[in-house]
Parts: sequence; structure tokens; C-alpha cells
Amino acid sequence: MTVVRDDPGAAGEAAGNVPTATIRFTINGARKIAEIEPRLLLADLIRGGTGLTGTHRGCDTTNCGACTVLVDGVPVKSCTMLAVQVDGRSVTTVEGLAGPSELHPLQEGFKAEHGLQCGFCTPGMMMAAKGLLDRNPDPTEEEVRWALSGNLCRCTGYQNIVKSVLWAARKLREADGSDGS
Amino acid sequence: MFPPRFAYQAPRSLEEAISLLGSSGDYAKVLAGGQSLVPMMKLRFASPDVIIDINNLPGLDYHRAGPDGSFHVGALARHADLEWSSLLGQTQPTMAAAAPLIADPLVRNRGTLVGSLCHADPQGDWAAVMIALKGQVVAQGPAGRRTIDMKDFVTGPFETALAHDEIAVEAVVPPAQGARKGGYLKLERRVGDFATCGAAVALETGPAGDVIKAGIALCGVGGATIDAVDAADALIGQPLGPAVIDTAASLAAGAANPGSDHRGSADYKRHMVHTFVTRLLTSPNAALDASMRTAA
Repeated sequence: MTVVRDDPGAAGEAAGNVPTATIRFTINGARKIAEIEPRLLLADLIRGGTGLTGTHRGCDTTNCGACTVLVDGVPVKSCTMLAVQVDGRSVTTVEGLAGPSELHPLQEGFKAEHGLQCGFCTPGMMMAAKGLLDRNPDPTEEEVRWALSGNLCRCTGYQNIVKSVLWAARKLREADGSDGS
Repeated sequence: MFPPRFAYQAPRSLEEAISLLGSSGDYAKVLAGGQSLVPMMKLRFASPDVIIDINNLPGLDYHRAGPDGSFHVGALARHADLEWSSLLGQTQPTMAAAAPLIADPLVRNRGTLVGSLCHADPQGDWAAVMIALKGQVVAQGPAGRRTIDMKDFVTGPFETALAHDEIAVEAVVPPAQGARKGGYLKLERRVGDFATCGAAVALETGPAGDVIKAGIALCGVGGATIDAVDAADALIGQPLGPAVIDTAASLAAGAANPGSDHRGSADYKRHMVHTFVTRLLTSPNAALDASMRTAA
């Protein structure tokens, strides 16, 4: 015989006995307030909370880097950071690279150099690359490979991903030059 | 995956953090970089009742040389801070060689050296480095600060000498008496994997090139970080020649106690210890010179 009954804990949780925290943060420039459980992971706040599903959850074990986002400009694995830790901080996801009707040079580069096949790892690759190019606008191929070594791709073998990032670096440097800056 | 429920505290001062730790029962964990703790909580290997997040504590993200030549790494200095540090590259060859080999670049942006020491994983790279350097950990509790030698700090796998209401606030490398040389080599199947075998060598040499102080430590080749004391002692008072290097490498390989697993056989790992120690002693600082961090 199978008996299913109400979980008495559920009523308590519904009554608000689950500890929550209120956090204020910025995501892609928009200011947000969230009421969350402290155990919520940043990846889940981004995907479930803000609906920005460009941040992919791949391995969920800190190995693959598909969930990479920038926190205060630094690329991190969002599956390995608590959402509550971005209180007062700024998060950038792949959706924040460029506006809805334009492409960031990194996105252009991945298109021009065929830097993706299935595309699952691509947002994480781009955000890790953004972290690199913000720090080093003129990286060598070796430096690109080094910076992306925490991001796994199971389709392309990395060759075109590296080319894509180098393409973006050139484009960004040219844009800087034309600004006279 | 998500961690089990816990109460979360984000103190703004070290004193507040220590006080919270003292009043949080017997299963509170300090969260620094979280690159080991959060995965362990997600896998339910760790289920702390309370998390004390120290990331908002001011003034702990430093690494600096002391006036006496000692070297200090604060509890919130990230691996990446050390990887990109010119000060580290100029003064601490063993640490500078290890920093770029910790985990992967994304993990290095969050994880901390002091947190790695407190995590006390027998495969941890930094524990081997700090044991080779005869380093120390400074712990702060309600009664003040105390300094714990690295060799006494780790008391077992994932266990340290920290009391439940103490926070490790910095790691210290004592000043060198001679010219500092050394390096770290790690065999890993892929970036981010644990070390199949890691070897840290830290030497100080006198004006004539003879070794006046030596530390050799291994990770990944036993149930604990291995302090290869006999191998290091064999170098004292000697110039670094092929015979003494072979003696030390053989003693280090003998001190290793690896098991056979999917990363390799015990014989293979012991052989790699011999190879790594030979390389590190034959060309101290070569591991560092080969790293892109200093070439750039």
C-alpha cells in the first residue's frame, strides 16, 4: 500500500519559517531586489529569478564553466557562488554584453570564426573571454588558451573559439583606436 | 544541485565574525572563496548549520612583504591575485610557480590560499607549498592571535588545528636567510583536476651556492600532504650537484605513499615524484621562468 500525506514541514515553510535574505544587486545595469533563501546559487538566481537563461548550467560541479558570469567585472562560475553573496554587487551575463539589436565584438567574433557548434558552452566562453580582454586587450593565442582553460567545449575542439576571441580583441582594439582613445 | 539549508551571516568586522563563530554551535563554516566548500555542500558532503561569509571583511585581501623579509597572504587574497603578482614573482619562486597551477582561471578568481590551507585536502597544492616553505598560519580567536606552524596546522584529511571559534586570518612565509630558490610542479590530467602528483621545493642557498635551508613537500601521493624531511635534509650544506640531487629525489620518492587508481599506478606516481624533484633541484626557478606569468 502506498500512503501519501501532507508534509508538515511544508506548512511551516509556507508560513515563512524558511530563513530568507533580502539582497540588492545590479544585473546587466538594472537594479534588482530579491528575497531569497541563502542556499540559492547565483546561477539559479540568474536563470530562475531574473529569467536570463543565457547563463547555462552545464556540469553543476565547478568543472565546465558554462555558467560563467562577471561579478564586479571578474569572471566566476555562478554555480559555485551563493546568490546572497552578490548583495551590493554588479552581475553581468551574456545578455549584458550588448543591446538586444546589436552584437558585441565577442559575439561577432564567434559568428565570423565559427566559434560554436551546439552553442551550449558559448555564453561561458564569451564571459571568460570578456574578463580576459578587459584586463589584456592584446592577448597572445597562448594567453587566450590559458584564460579559457576553465571552460569546456565538447564540440569544436577550441581552435575556432580561440580564433573568435582573437578576432574580437582585434575589433575592440580597432574601435578604441578610431575613438582616438 | 543545491546545498542543504543553513543560516547565513555576513559580518562586517573580524571581531563580529569571530563572535558569530563562537555563538553558532558546533557546525559553523567560514566561507571565503567557497570553491571547495560550496561544491561540497552541493554534494552534501558538508551540511553546516551556519555559514559565516567573510568576504565583506575589510583589509584581508592583501599579500605583502614584511619589513623583516617575511611574506604575508591575507585570508581574502585570491589565487588570481597571487598568479598576477609581480611581487610574488620577484620574491617567492615556489609560490609563484604554484599559483597559476591551482584549479582553473575561474576558480582562481574566487578561491583563496588561506581557504585552501583550512580546507586541508590531502591533494591540495598550497599545503605542499607552505610546508616546503616552513610557513605558518595566523589564527585569530576571542583571546587574540596565535601562530601555528604549517606542519602542525593540518591534523588530518580535512582537519586543522583551528578551534571552532578561530578564523585563519593570514598565511606567513618566514624571512629567508639565503637566496630563495625553488618551484612547484604538478601532474594533472587536465586543467582543474586534482594533482596526480605535486612536488614543491623551497631552497635557500648561501654565497657559495651551498644549500642552507631546504623544504620538499608532496601532494596527491598519500593520505596527507607529505613533508619529505629526509630528502630536504640530504641537501643541507651541499652544493646542488647530480649525486646529491639523485639522493634527495630518491628519498622523496621513498617518502611518497601513493595508491594505484585511475590517475596512474603507485609505481608511476612514485617515479613522477623522483622526476619532479630532480627537475626542481636541477633547475630551481625553471618552473617559474617557463610560466607565462613572468614571460609576459
